[in-house]
Amino acid sequence: MTESKVHEAASAANAKRACEGSGLSWTFADGVIELALHRAPCNELGSASLEELEVFVTALESLQSEAHALIIYSDMKPGFCAGADLRELYQRSQAMEKLEAARGVRDFLERIHRVLNLIDASPLTTIAAVHGVTFGGGFELALACDLIIADKMARFCFPELRLGLIPGFGGIPRLKRDLGNAVVRDLLLTGRSFNASKAQQVGLVSQVVGEGEALRAARATAAQIRKFDHATVAAAKNFIKPIPYDELRREIDLFCELFSQPAVEAGLRRFVESTDAQPYLP
Amino acid sequence: MKTGDQTLNEILDLAAAHFRVPKEKLSPDDDFFKTLGIDSLQTLDLLTKLENHFRVELPDYELQGVSDFRTLAGKIQARL
Repeated sequence: MTESKVHEAASAANAKRACEGSGLSWTFADGVIELALHRAPCNELGSASLEELEVFVTALESLQSEAHALIIYSDMKPGFCAGADLRELYQRSQAMEKLEAARGVRDFLERIHRVLNLIDASPLTTIAAVHGVTFGGGFELALACDLIIADKMARFCFPELRLGLIPGFGGIPRLKRDLGNAVVRDLLLTGRSFNASKAQQVGLVSQVVGEGEALRAARATAAQIRKFDHATVAAAKNFIKPIPYDELRREIDLFCELFSQPAVEAGLRRFVESTDAQPYLP
Repeated sequence: MKTGDQTLNEILDLAAAHFRVPKEKLSPDDDFFKTLGIDSLQTLDLLTKLENHFRVELPDYELQGVSDFRTLAGKIQARL
């Protein structure tokens, strides 16, 4: 989508202060913006989702002077988000020359980084209310938020090394910002998944709640934040939450370098063609 | 400390309740992917249920190739 079309769509969406897209929707009421993800099967992030996210962040920039909190959650039963749409990535890269595919990947990464950086740097208090699968790019979307509230069935994982890649949507710089390096290495180098209790234990998750309760808890948290002065909250956030822009840039470069290796094509093909019941396992 | 049989029995109870399958249809040596008819995302749900119930961590890679309840029980028992 061109930039002017994004602005056009965002202005139209902003005018009605709500938007119903094919893969995500948002509402704005009582100072809280709620972004619901609802692309089957588990909110995989591909080109269509990215276009809608771009429309959303443009609207977010207009709405955030009136809002105090943003909640991101999923309407899909399997979880918050299973990450990048690997099937689309594989099919597109197969249909293109290598150089063109590499350019396409870099462009996608630049765009998704812009979206996540805007959410990360938003003056609102941002809350990811997660359940179930919160993997790869889905985990990275949650990491862009200030708080993660998890239902006890949530699982977090960076399985990218299995594909010969690293997380590409800002995951490593943001994890490094938020957690100890040993935990980052554990998640990244083993590719294992953490449950919500473990994620809370290492400092990733602020609250663990019962099954189906994450959104309710996020709304209660947003109501608490509303009691504080908007400008003071924004100043506090700006003071405590640096955006690691340099590392985020380097992550894009490293991802693109790795993407050109033959191991990636083989890894993607294995995933796409897998009928294994455990394709997420390294 | 639970015995291996207790652990196995509790796994069967959990799987039956979570996936709404009569427990009598499950046996320790069943391939749980086939018996429960679960996909990869539901397998993760089962893993989370088991970790929460037994209060253990089960790294995903330790479960690679595990497909029957008895072997699964052994993996959990080793972490109790």
